[in-house]
Amino acid sequence: MTTIPQPEPKTHEPDSAAPPVLDVHDVTVAYHRRPVLWDVDLTIQEPSLIGIVGPNGAGKSTLIKAILGLVPLASGSVAAFGQPIDRQRRRIGYVPQRESVDWDFPVSVLDVVLMGTYGQLGWFRRPGRRQRAWALECLEHVGLADLARQQIGQLSGGQQQRTFLARALAQRADLYFMDEPMAGVDAATEQVIFSLLRELREQGKTVFVVHHDLRTVPEYYEQVVLLNMRLVASGRTETTFTRANLQKTYGGRLDILDDAADALAARERSR
Amino acid sequence: MIAYNTAVVLAGASLLGASTGLVGSFAVLRRRALLGDALAHAAFPGVCLAFLCLDRRNLPAMLVGALMTGIVGVSLLIGLRRATRVKEDAAIGVVLSVFFGAGLALSRMIQNRSSAGSRAGLDSYIFGSAATMRLAELWLIAGVAAACLAIVLVLYKEFKLVAFDAGFARVQGWPAGRLDLLLMGLIAITVVIGLPAVGAVLIAAMLILPAAAARFWTDRLGVMLVVSAALGATSAAAGTLLSAQYDGLPTGPTIVLVGAAAFLCSALFALRRGALSRSVRQLRFRRRLEEQRLLRTLYEAAEAGRQASGGPQPSPLAPLHRVTHQPANAGRSPALQHAPRPAALRRAVRAGWLTVEPGGYGLSEQGLSRAAHVVRGYRLWRLFLSECADQVGAFGELDVEAVDERLPPGVVSALEARLLAEGRLPATEGERPRVRPS
Repeated sequence: MTTIPQPEPKTHEPDSAAPPVLDVHDVTVAYHRRPVLWDVDLTIQEPSLIGIVGPNGAGKSTLIKAILGLVPLASGSVAAFGQPIDRQRRRIGYVPQRESVDWDFPVSVLDVVLMGTYGQLGWFRRPGRRQRAWALECLEHVGLADLARQQIGQLSGGQQQRTFLARALAQRADLYFMDEPMAGVDAATEQVIFSLLRELREQGKTVFVVHHDLRTVPEYYEQVVLLNMRLVASGRTETTFTRANLQKTYGGRLDILDDAADALAARERSR
Repeated sequence: MIAYNTAVVLAGASLLGASTGLVGSFAVLRRRALLGDALAHAAFPGVCLAFLCLDRRNLPAMLVGALMTGIVGVSLLIGLRRATRVKEDAAIGVVLSVFFGAGLALSRMIQNRSSAGSRAGLDSYIFGSAATMRLAELWLIAGVAAACLAIVLVLYKEFKLVAFDAGFARVQGWPAGRLDLLLMGLIAITVVIGLPAVGAVLIAAMLILPAAAARFWTDRLGVMLVVSAALGATSAAAGTLLSAQYDGLPTGPTIVLVGAAAFLCSALFALRRGALSRSVRQLRFRRRLEEQRLLRTLYEAAEAGRQASGGPQPSPLAPLHRVTHQPANAGRSPALQHAPRPAALRRAVRAGWLTVEPGGYGLSEQGLSRAAHVVRGYRLWRLFLSECADQVGAFGELDVEAVDERLPPGVVSALEARLLAEGRLPATEGERPRVRPS
């Protein structure tokens, strides 16, 4: 992981010369004419850890899929590093939801992680010894090296999630999108993911994470995107992850807000 | 010596079986198996239309016609699913029956119009007749088989990726839709060239059976493709030979029956995934649970007995294994209300966990040591599940003797501290006893 060339760490002043990491412009997505995302405008100027938060059905996953071109945009455009996303595929890593694949598929854990290297291999070339070594390294990073030869169906939920993370690592991307990586995983896996996020951040990468647990948002993310069909607010967690904004995002569902309030209070205390 | 005719038929059927086995694996893994069936049925009217246009049998024209209506059928199917709320299975059913019905009506029209001899040719596209295979057809099949093999070899990595996770493939920049279309095209062409030999009704079985059977034997995609192709070739060859042997046995159904036999054998007897090996594993697992429960029951009864007699807390455990379990007294102690089955007791004695003592059973030295581990693991799990209810789903396997491998060490020691404070932590010293793996 340390071999990846790292961009210069940037200070608070956004460098106007460098294009933003991600620029989502007026994106609207509709299923059967019913809008799921509505006029989302979002610019991420510099590398950051970003949590996407919102109630069920708010379009969090859809936002990621729209950015990645997996669902058609009804309107709007997306650019990464100043270019259309299709030109930047090599620099993008993806962790889909665990339920999106058939875990009975006849491949081993190592096979799945190797898929992360396919993008750089290009057409027809098969993964060789170098890719294998790299994939194993990625697996070691998430603590699964012992299970490399196992069929993926024999893994627990947390291990399956880590396999997907290792595959994303194997992509050597600069911009990562993770769709609920911490849903239904054990405490150990959550810790692995969290330290991985930190590490990626230290290497100057940007990571978007669809996150469902409000309590851990202030601890995990530098920036938040509050979403409920429309973009409610986005920005630095200290200034954006506020009671007022959460109220706007979740409406009157106070039980959730109390969780968040606890988290905010805990952060205040720890200062 | 095999007669020249038989050799042609055998070679053709085997090559056809190999290519259906190969591309069928992807169809099955992509859950597109029934799409192949719809395609085959939708291809039949194309054969009749080509015959109507030319007014004579012409293999290439009929296959092109078959491919065309087949593609129209599948496109309709996809359109139906996208544009309306019709579910996949219903859409398949509609397309399959409507197109096949149209084909049947057309073939009846042809029969009424022209001589009966030419109509017999159409019949073979429904039920198949490999026996009439000519050299030209063999070359066609060989060409398609070679093309399928070459394309799968060259695009193996790409097909694997798209079949497993098309979304990820698209994010990585692969044209997942076009690769998928190519895969569907291979399936369509294989189905269509198989029509004259096997027939529209049963060709889908040649896509599904070898692949489904091969899946039982391996967890590697590459191996599965090879096994599936080999199974497809052998069952096609065997079916062809059988149908040549017995007059009046149609080729298609015979091939399918042989393939079904191979599938059945695989489903029952495959080493790890077969039903037999699964039920053996299931039985072992149940016995292990029973054994663990037995050890736990005895341990807890001993624990309760010593507490009642005012003895010290669980460590040291030396006197515990003296306590016997008497089925006659089962009702008295709450821990013993569910008396273990005599067979379970006998097995535990044979395994060395229990000893027969006057009036009942007692824990042996090693039984005691294992029982302590079982009870410790059981209590740790129980505590963990009640403390961290939201983490339950994350653990696939709740084996009380594997608690140290499944939970992070920090969590285990925290839980242990809790148990110790409550005086409920069994003393387990040194290495864990060796337990035969389940």
